Amino acid sequence: MTYEVTVEGKQFRLELNRIDGRWQCSLDGHEIRFDAVVPRRDVLSILIDGKAYEIKRERTATDLHLWVGPRRYDVQFRDPRSLRSRAASDDGKGPRKLVAPMPGKVIRVLIPENEEVEAGQGVLVVEAMKMQNEIKSPKKGVVRKLVAAPGANVNAGDVLAVVE
Amino acid sequence: MFKKILIANRGEIAVRVIRACRELGIPSVAVFSEVDRAALHVRKADEAYLLGPAAASESYLNIDKIIAVARKSGADAIHPGYGFLSENPRFARACGEAGIKFIGPTAASMEMMGSKTRARQHMEKAGVPFVPGTSRGVESPEEALRVAQNIGYPVMLKAAAGGGGKGMRLVHTPQELPSALESARSEAHRAFASDEVYIEKAILNPRHIEMQVLADEYGNTVYLGERECSIQRRHQKVLEESPSPIVDPEMRRRMGEIAVRVAKAAGYTNAGTIEFLADQQKNFYFLEMNTRLQVEHPVTELTTGLDLVHLQIRIAAGEELPFRQQDVLIRGHAIECRIYAEDPDNHYFPSPGKISLLLLPSGPGIRRDSGMYEGWTVPIDYDPLLAKLIGYGTDREQATARLVRALNEYFVGGIKTNLSLFRRILNDPDFRAGRLDTGFLDRLLEKPQAQEDADGNAARIAAIAAGVFAVLDPETARKEPASANGGGGHGHSNWKRIGREEALK
Repeated sequence: MTYEVTVEGKQFRLELNRIDGRWQCSLDGHEIRFDAVVPRRDVLSILIDGKAYEIKRERTATDLHLWVGPRRYDVQFRDPRSLRSRAASDDGKGPRKLVAPMPGKVIRVLIPENEEVEAGQGVLVVEAMKMQNEIKSPKKGVVRKLVAAPGANVNAGDVLAVVE
Repeated sequence: MFKKILIANRGEIAVRVIRACRELGIPSVAVFSEVDRAALHVRKADEAYLLGPAAASESYLNIDKIIAVARKSGADAIHPGYGFLSENPRFARACGEAGIKFIGPTAASMEMMGSKTRARQHMEKAGVPFVPGTSRGVESPEEALRVAQNIGYPVMLKAAAGGGGKGMRLVHTPQELPSALESARSEAHRAFASDEVYIEKAILNPRHIEMQVLADEYGNTVYLGERECSIQRRHQKVLEESPSPIVDPEMRRRMGEIAVRVAKAAGYTNAGTIEFLADQQKNFYFLEMNTRLQVEHPVTELTTGLDLVHLQIRIAAGEELPFRQQDVLIRGHAIECRIYAEDPDNHYFPSPGKISLLLLPSGPGIRRDSGMYEGWTVPIDYDPLLAKLIGYGTDREQATARLVRALNEYFVGGIKTNLSLFRRILNDPDFRAGRLDTGFLDRLLEKPQAQEDADGNAARIAAIAAGVFAVLDPETARKEPASANGGGGHGHSNWKRIGREEALK
């Protein structure tokens, strides 16, 4: 099985195989043999040449994170067999939704529709719990479908805008 | 002893008090708002009653509703926890009028200590050392200028009616003073409905050191050692420890005796804390008194071997303190981290949501006081304190090592937390050397973060893991339950999983 994996913006080509219960992979041409078990949902224990790694998976409304030890990695992962990931275009190149993290009110739009935005740049400001929260674009692109306007009340999970 | 105790609070402190009740064989009554139906404190109590909608005014701050539940359940005592109604004299009085014992001090001592200026006035009479300044609010900019001239700049303007940084202004020169006074006044008025502002000498790089006191209802009052709480962000404590790295036995005795004097002058009963500001020369000054059990009480419990909540309940039930000052021994060192649902990459903005994965630390010297569990949805309506993690050891070094180790084991998935902040604090050289003051955390947060994983090895592991997860533990569409019911089921298809594994053979 071949996968395209992007970790913190760096792309990898991963070929995974399991033979007689033993795992081996080729990562960007490097061959690695390892042992892997899932002790519980969302947790993976990998042993490579005796070195032990515990990886935790965390899926939020918009992102997939994998934690290797205490460090968090933003991961985009395309499984060719998964209909869901094909539709969502999870390779970082497709459109990304900006989602309200909590109920609040849109008080300011920083980037209007059809304007360009950089990764990490604030697109709009939502006020909640007496604090202002800048909702940032996860990628460089163009703001389309600015769904929320100043004064609009939003709920957690509501799509505020789409960046293409 | 009480027949039944109602806990007028939520979250980790409600769980902590419920545990004490269970240990003493006393039935516990929990109260909850609509968004807290699945909360841990409701699950652990013997009885639980709905108060109302999420808003605190309709639930945890609603005196009438809480007293009504106490009556209905037959509770003869109420523990207020911290925050909410714990320092509200009207609530303490309402309990008394309903024939219910309030587990804490009297309304009168709360009122005396609740206003910072009134507290100063009383403490002056008791001969307690103060930060030089006024014991009354300043009436005019002219008066403020005169006082500041006398004390010497820099000076601190402070609100009499409250804290948390509101109504506070640091003033370095006479030119800044009049406008600083005006803005301090209006901010204080907005926050506390009182524009009374007083002046203190500003202590540079102060350390926040507080002393725990305990008094029964017969006048026996003791001090139980100090806590250093200098690691703060925007005047909110983040990490506390006991003992303080700069307090030696002689300084502890002097501070403790003053703290006892303060408590006695206030006619104080039950558990309370006297806050001091200390300068780097070990001079200390009375700041204020907190008339409640504090969040950071575990570090005192671990270093004294005492259970403060047990003692609170027993004192309120009319028992005498079962020990005297000379019986109080401080042993070992304890450090506490406050774990908040906050996003460290976004100015520590509160970060509610569902906890998808919770891996918990344990082992030697580790204590966890927590209100969260895996599958729980953290509500947005309240203070986002999730849990306290405390490391205890024979000395500061061991306590630190255990805490760092435990933080490595701790994982909260699905929401953002400030866990990563503690690794930075505990590994900082100034922290290790005990060089602390209230500016420590602001300075630390300005330092660039150390770059780890320079060779990209961990990133490669993550890439491999992404593929392995897809085979061994594929995600399926998971719907969030509409109400906070705790964990929802997983639509996990074994056929899909087996199919993928077969494809890899």
